[in-house]
Amino acid sequence: MKATDAIVECLKKESVNLVFGYPGAAIMPLYDALRRSDIEHILVRQEQAAAHCASGYARTSGKVGVCIATSGPGATNLITGIATAYMDSIPLVAITGQVKSTLIGRDVFQEVDITGATEPFVKHSYLIKNSKDIPRIIKEAFHIAKTGRPGPVLIDIPSDILVEDIDFYYDEEVNIRGYKPTFVGHVGQVKRAFKRLEKSKKPVICIGGGIITANAEKELADFVEKAKIPVVCTLMGLGGIDHSSPYYIGMIGSHGHNYANRAVAEADVIVFIGARLGDRATGENKLFKNNPDIIHIDIDPAEIGKNLGTSIPIVGDAKNVLNQLLELVRPLKTEDWIDYLTNLKRNHKKASEDNDYVNPKYAIELLSDMLDDNAILVGDVGQNQIWVALNYKVTSERKFFISGGLGTMGYSLPAAIGSAIADKKRQVVAVMGDGGFQMSLQELATIKQNKLKVIILLFNNEGLGMVREMQYRTYKSEYAVDLSSNPDFIKLAEAYGIQGKIVKNNEGLKEAFDEAINSKGTFLIECMVNPKESTL
Amino acid sequence: MKRYVLSVLVENHSGVLSRVSGLFSRRGYNIDSLSVGVTEDPGISRMTIVVKGDKYIVEQIKKQLNKLIDVIKVIELKPDSSVYRELILIKVATTTKQRAEVIEIVNVFRGRVVDVVSESLIIELTGDESKIEALINMLEPYGIKEIIRTGLTALERGNKVIKEHN
Repeated sequence: MKATDAIVECLKKESVNLVFGYPGAAIMPLYDALRRSDIEHILVRQEQAAAHCASGYARTSGKVGVCIATSGPGATNLITGIATAYMDSIPLVAITGQVKSTLIGRDVFQEVDITGATEPFVKHSYLIKNSKDIPRIIKEAFHIAKTGRPGPVLIDIPSDILVEDIDFYYDEEVNIRGYKPTFVGHVGQVKRAFKRLEKSKKPVICIGGGIITANAEKELADFVEKAKIPVVCTLMGLGGIDHSSPYYIGMIGSHGHNYANRAVAEADVIVFIGARLGDRATGENKLFKNNPDIIHIDIDPAEIGKNLGTSIPIVGDAKNVLNQLLELVRPLKTEDWIDYLTNLKRNHKKASEDNDYVNPKYAIELLSDMLDDNAILVGDVGQNQIWVALNYKVTSERKFFISGGLGTMGYSLPAAIGSAIADKKRQVVAVMGDGGFQMSLQELATIKQNKLKVIILLFNNEGLGMVREMQYRTYKSEYAVDLSSNPDFIKLAEAYGIQGKIVKNNEGLKEAFDEAINSKGTFLIECMVNPKESTL
Repeated sequence: MKRYVLSVLVENHSGVLSRVSGLFSRRGYNIDSLSVGVTEDPGISRMTIVVKGDKYIVEQIKKQLNKLIDVIKVIELKPDSSVYRELILIKVATTTKQRAEVIEIVNVFRGRVVDVVSESLIIELTGDESKIEALINMLEPYGIKEIIRTGLTALERGNKVIKEHN
């Protein structure tokens, strides 16, 4: 069998029926095999988008996302997408073409050491040197990408190896001696954790993306209801608990809800589940003024104790550990504590009206009221990220995706494309600013080609709002960055066959959202936002 | 800052060394020395890594090393329960007159002379760090032209082997 056909066979064995990519010389042999197969290939317009699409696809489908690029610049363009997936623990397999194995190291045309370049932010990588290793390596790559703490795995294949013939085999089992993730929590530690909780007067559970990765939403909701413990989340944890739950308080962090930050500041025990306590979430640990006991549950032992001292570490999969905790659970006496926190939340002031511009916070609240119960919303980076994170309600079956760790501008549009392709029945909304949109707007062509429906909500404040805010605060200068020579976005969308509408103030929002929701195809809503609008 | 000796079993294939050394540089850990060689199993190599840091850093290093797919096992080798050795080659300047004197010093240390020319000697010595430092100090007055050291290599004392550690 041709090595490329073997790759296609392996992908099928891993139930891959769709890949994102962009071809080039070194990867051509694989494209020929893909053409002959029934695996669908979605052509993006720049490789970074292939990785982001695969990320959105993975987050929506629960499967491993696959992206393909050629050697050299094709591979380097993937880098930001791979790093984005790594920081947020998204399972990806990236396949890159490489120059002929006999030419590696000679700086030939379109040669780059991509396994070397991506080493700091892949879960693992392979440079295939022998074609007979292909099936084993692909099997391992998928196993590594999706198990334990998920992450991206890169497979680099020289073009001469792609055209060799091999005997096909596919092992059912994977055995990697250096890779044995711990899935079940240590029984003694779990008991200790609940004992500590029972003594607590002001417990808080803080969830991160791990709850969503482990599909542990139901177990969490069960545990929280039975134990009566309030829940806060990190940016990545948004959606881990239904926002309409009486136990949900809010998002913590430097850009979080102040009442959620109050909850962790005043807590005597905090249970972190699937959260890595990133600096943006914990304010470099300044949040924990009360010196609380920390119970940390994570599948990655290296995250426990990395950023914060831990009293009770539990290594394991969030779903399993929560199930273990559910066996011990008894209601705690937390009524007063929960009343106190919900009062703080209730008294929080709502977004103010502004008649000259669209108020983005209000826009997100309104959108939140109008979208389906199972809508997918993908956020971008900058002020718009925080507007969404603080004001969107992730209720019921809704999903919320964002580039949390790396903070990659331009993520939302391609990731939303990946989501729309993975699930054609759900509403998919991509929210972004005018900066982020222009980092990925070439992907409007991917939308056009695949006749996708994405609601694009563009907050245009003619600038990089968060940068502007920081500049103003730090340097007292307002305009080091100015995007006021933006193109006409509506006309631009039109060029791609995409309908659009400008909304100048809050009044026009409802009608525009209605139109976008009911439109057959992708719809761009461009909201004019006050350049001086604040993040919080 | 304390010195810690880590013994690390890794897959024996290309790219492993760069993954390990890359981890140290990108997370800001300081390596004093790193030595590596194949083990009784040709598919597995063993690294001895000497690092400086505090308890927190060493804990992090162990965890981060364990995260690498190519890393099979990481243990810490404590001084009281391990044998530490290093090999050094020293090219020392000697006149014909001084040669016997230098050889005498080398003999005291149970070192060996492995190359002789009229103006210099190459001396080979194996031992722990203090023994090696002591020889260097003794030879310094004669004029040390070149030194090469393998870096520390180490093994746990007793019957237990690395694979039997949890």
